[in-house]
Amino acid sequence: MADIEFGLDTFGDIPQTDTGELASHAQAIRHVVAEAVLADQLGIEVFAVGEHHRPEYAISSPETVLAGIATQTERIRLSSGVTVLSSDDPVRVFQRFATVDALSNGRAEVILGRGSFTESFPLFGYDMNDYDTLFEEKIELFSRLLTEQPVSWSGTTRAALHDADVFPKTESGHLSTWVGVGGSPQSVVRTAQYGFPLMLAIIGGSPERFAPYTDLYRRAAEQFGSAAHPIGMHSPGFIARTDDEAKEIFFPHYKVMHDRIGALRGWPPVTRAEFENEVAHGSMYVGSPETVARRMASAIATLGAGRFDLIYSAGTTPMSDRMRAVELYGTEVVPLVRDILA
Amino acid sequence: MHSLTDPQQATIGILGAGKVGTVLARLAIAAGYRVLIASSRPPAAIELTIDVLAHGAEATTATDAAGQADLVILALPLGKAVPLDGHQALPLDELRGKIVIDAMNYWWEVDGVRPDLTGDDVTTSELVAAALPGSRLVKAFNHMGYHDLDEGSRLAGDSDRKAIALSGDDVAANDVVADLIDSLGFDSVDLGPLGEGAVLQPGRQLFGANLTAAEIRDVVEQAAA
Repeated sequence: MADIEFGLDTFGDIPQTDTGELASHAQAIRHVVAEAVLADQLGIEVFAVGEHHRPEYAISSPETVLAGIATQTERIRLSSGVTVLSSDDPVRVFQRFATVDALSNGRAEVILGRGSFTESFPLFGYDMNDYDTLFEEKIELFSRLLTEQPVSWSGTTRAALHDADVFPKTESGHLSTWVGVGGSPQSVVRTAQYGFPLMLAIIGGSPERFAPYTDLYRRAAEQFGSAAHPIGMHSPGFIARTDDEAKEIFFPHYKVMHDRIGALRGWPPVTRAEFENEVAHGSMYVGSPETVARRMASAIATLGAGRFDLIYSAGTTPMSDRMRAVELYGTEVVPLVRDILA
Repeated sequence: MHSLTDPQQATIGILGAGKVGTVLARLAIAAGYRVLIASSRPPAAIELTIDVLAHGAEATTATDAAGQADLVILALPLGKAVPLDGHQALPLDELRGKIVIDAMNYWWEVDGVRPDLTGDDVTTSELVAAALPGSRLVKAFNHMGYHDLDEGSRLAGDSDRKAIALSGDDVAANDVVADLIDSLGFDSVDLGPLGEGAVLQPGRQLFGANLTAAEIRDVVEQAAA
């Protein structure tokens, strides 16, 4: 099996401090930077931060956090997860990530997505009714900006560009760009159409269920004559010394977050039985290093994935427990998964 | 007589080729039905998706799918079936007189902010029924998450078999839909008229339910108590 890349992903959830209080947004951001520095030291390949505009999450400006991480790290790639392109300006997204790329000596990466929360739309003056059009137009413009040549473009969602040259240029001439998809077949096909690598957000149910999506991606790429890259997957999880310890620490914090976000979408509160089922058979990688490694290896093999990003923070999980999960991921889980898949 | 739910005889039309539409198409193909599926885009634009995700289903136009089908399932964005601007995306003439299954829910990601679809006093299926004059509307398949639908199909009698709750004002149509649900691998629980389907909607007791028929009945009883 080809080399698998391993990443960590966070939305900057507001954690508890070691005295049990909620951290401030500023503390939460500094904690993410510290986790990224540790991840870099442990040789983890990618660190991704996702954009949200809600009180539970401190990261609304991923590339600013990545810039902070960039100057304190050596090897780790710095990614968004995701950048909500629909409610952003493709020109600015390119500029900001090209800047992170400069600060990090070529380690910046964008994962574009449509977003799965409403907040960014009114905040930046976009109409939810244009959800599809906004993404369609902006991904097209972004793909042209990636050529790093002057761009002429017109559409309905931003001002037209006439031979516009955008700076800074990257040193490699190529800003690494993925598209994050949650399960919409049309989004999978569109990702293949542009030749972008596909990051599947698999946050519930068995990973096997997504195998047809990887087929769809490959066949669509074939049809469009674009490159089919190894797919990535990102899923939530948490690691502690034992299975019981991991579940006991994680569940209460996860439940508060799940139920609060779920209520906005009409979901019922999550039960312990549902959680246990998801941990045993679904897409939550929670447990001891060995348990998590076995389940990750199985999912990676099933989907033929080339990259696995673990969303390691959920809700108010305390800072020190999160830091230890990062450490166990780098020191034990990743080497074990590599062994299993070797 | 031509049976509406005999997989050897009946054709299922599915309007919507997203997550739910492709899962239902896959289940219906597995059950042996002829399946026609359409989206808002031209058939050629979804051909590959259908070939991979619901191999054996035929991609076509909404008008053709609705016209040929014995049963039609609506799995498109709710806002398109109950449009604010009066621009009806559904082929009303072809749907008239037919049993139409409403698997849709209000979802801001695709429908935008629509207070008219989130009121407490009327179910979205009643709004859909009003928008489809002459159709025999049954609400079903809306409460179960699409990945549970995808993984949950079981033979009748399996102790782990889950149930789909349905509601509709036309008792005979409800019975036909119950047969369809059975052939797709689920038990069914008929809640009665469309208004009773409120309990199936986002934010209500059975939204997201991946339960057996007995468990669904328990929840309904508790909700009524």
